[in-house]
Amino acid sequence: MKLLEYQAKEVLASLGISIPPGRVAHTPDEAAAACASLGPVAVKAQVPVGGRGKAGGIKLASTPDEARRAAEQIIGMDIKGFKVPLVYCEAALEIAREIYLGVTVDRDARANILMLSSKGGMDIEQVASESPESIARLYPNPWRGPLDFELNALAFNAGLGELSRPLSVLIKKLYRAIPELDAVTAEINPLVVTRANEIVAGDAKLEIDDNAMYRHRDLDERYGAVIEGDPYEVEAKKRGLTYVSLDGDIGIIGNGAGLCMSTLDLVQRAGGRAANFCDIGGGARAEVVENALAVILMNPRVKGVLMNVFGGITRGDEVAKGLVTARDNLKMKLPLVVRMSGTREEEGRAILKENGIEPGANAWEAAQKIVELTGAKARA
Amino acid sequence: MSILLDASTRVIVQGITGREGSFHAEQMKEMGTNLVGGTSPGKGGTTHVGVPIFNTVAEAVETTGATASGIFVPPAFAPDAIMEAAAAGITLIACITEGIPIQDMIRVKDFLRGYPSARLLGANCPGLITPGAAKIGIIPQRITRPGSVGLVSRSGTLTYEVGSALSAAGMGQSTIVGIGGDPVLGMTFADVIALFEKDKATDRLVVIGEIGGSDEEHAAELLGRGTRLKTVAFISGRTAPEGKRMGHAGAIISGNRGTAKSKEEAFRRAGVAVAETTDQIVGLLS
Repeated sequence: MKLLEYQAKEVLASLGISIPPGRVAHTPDEAAAACASLGPVAVKAQVPVGGRGKAGGIKLASTPDEARRAAEQIIGMDIKGFKVPLVYCEAALEIAREIYLGVTVDRDARANILMLSSKGGMDIEQVASESPESIARLYPNPWRGPLDFELNALAFNAGLGELSRPLSVLIKKLYRAIPELDAVTAEINPLVVTRANEIVAGDAKLEIDDNAMYRHRDLDERYGAVIEGDPYEVEAKKRGLTYVSLDGDIGIIGNGAGLCMSTLDLVQRAGGRAANFCDIGGGARAEVVENALAVILMNPRVKGVLMNVFGGITRGDEVAKGLVTARDNLKMKLPLVVRMSGTREEEGRAILKENGIEPGANAWEAAQKIVELTGAKARA
Repeated sequence: MSILLDASTRVIVQGITGREGSFHAEQMKEMGTNLVGGTSPGKGGTTHVGVPIFNTVAEAVETTGATASGIFVPPAFAPDAIMEAAAAGITLIACITEGIPIQDMIRVKDFLRGYPSARLLGANCPGLITPGAAKIGIIPQRITRPGSVGLVSRSGTLTYEVGSALSAAGMGQSTIVGIGGDPVLGMTFADVIALFEKDKATDRLVVIGEIGGSDEEHAAELLGRGTRLKTVAFISGRTAPEGKRMGHAGAIISGNRGTAKSKEEAFRRAGVAVAETTDQIVGLLS
């Protein structure tokens, strides 16, 4: 689960990290009121995705009227597929310097990595590629966390030795998000040193491991509902599906992430574009198939559906019966091509044919077939 | 011959009395796996699917001489089950469980440093199978046949798909190994490939990778240094969209690695044939 900035900052504050005074505003009037009480503010779009500054989602306002106008422009704006539900109005900071601080999972090292750099701000990725040595790194022991001397060395390695004491204290607080909240990314960029020499989180990114949400129900209840993402993804989540919206017009269902991804690849190779990624998992049970079809058919752009199922233990005839029932229950009229392989695949194919569903001999042929069927329909 | 697992390997199943554990333990037995027991705390002393049940892995190892374990316990308990197996002296641990929190796996990986002879497959993997001999996990025996192709994969269903295509083309397999799809895994592609390299019964190799991480790039480097195995690689996810990323931390550590393009190029540089679709694998291997 990706938290919005104001949510991440609430969490950081609960860990003892200083954040600038700020207020959430759902309407332009609330933004004006926030500015009236806080003074000059940054009006910031709240979306769970990076790059909002470049997309025009952050505006400075020195008066309540400016804050109102900024909020009018930002609320409802689309940033990388997310409709901005609200803004966060935050007191402007007097910045002396900007630091980068982040902790995330390094897949290759199978470990958490803490990173600290004196060159914080928007261009940290450029810093990383041009002068990787300017980012100091530490792999804390995952059972006990970082020790003082390790953090001291990290600060000196980052060229921030004069701040090593306060930074060590702050990093220990941020690191608590790892063992206590199952964060997979906790990042403060910029970490601002103010002219008054205070260290304050200028921005905050916090992502909690979805696999660990069962032990963080409180976070889910408090923050889960606020984020307005893609409507199909929201519906899919309700139905317990692994689903990602894409921008094409061919609905895709596969069992297993790898098979599903390779199905997208085949559709593109055949000249089509997938409308989604939808992994229904190993078993391909009838109700799951129906849920997947239901979500895919919600999308008016979809012109046809390709289902690619490899049944290891699942029986092909059962998958076919489930699919026919699902299609009939949903009164689906669009072209449907199914590539099915596995136990009793012959019986399964026969059932599909009897019910007017095109079985593909193999995945490549099935991909070509659905592209042809949906293309023909578009021309008609 | 094979790698990691043969008909003589003594295998237990942790979580054998559960629904998944029971079903797959039976499937494993049915194909001839030397299943010597299972664990289920509180049910020690009983028998289930025809094998003795123990309260702890240590007890099972002491009594049966087991050296390998398949883990089928729920995600909240699987990390502890992996560590229990390693501490009891199990040297091959296949964790089938899906949905284990990443931080738990990072702690498990650190714990396993203390048990260098314990090899972990997964988590979130289909396990492994030596066709005609034995399996641990959920790979259907039906899609396999004995032979000399080594197959190593990150994906479950793609493994089945490619395994059955190979079998249908008469290309049997020495061992099929699923290393798992989670971000933090046990054995890497390179670890498994090194074993195939040493296995006299394996003369060809299929590597099925996917986007994310750079285990495929490392495997390509290893193969580029010289291999006797005729190898074909396939990467799924070349058209997958980039994740809607938040923050810079991930980009800082991974740079340009991790994409399908980077992985395919790494294999090509190493002189490995790259299949663009799974249908091409058989042709490129013959």
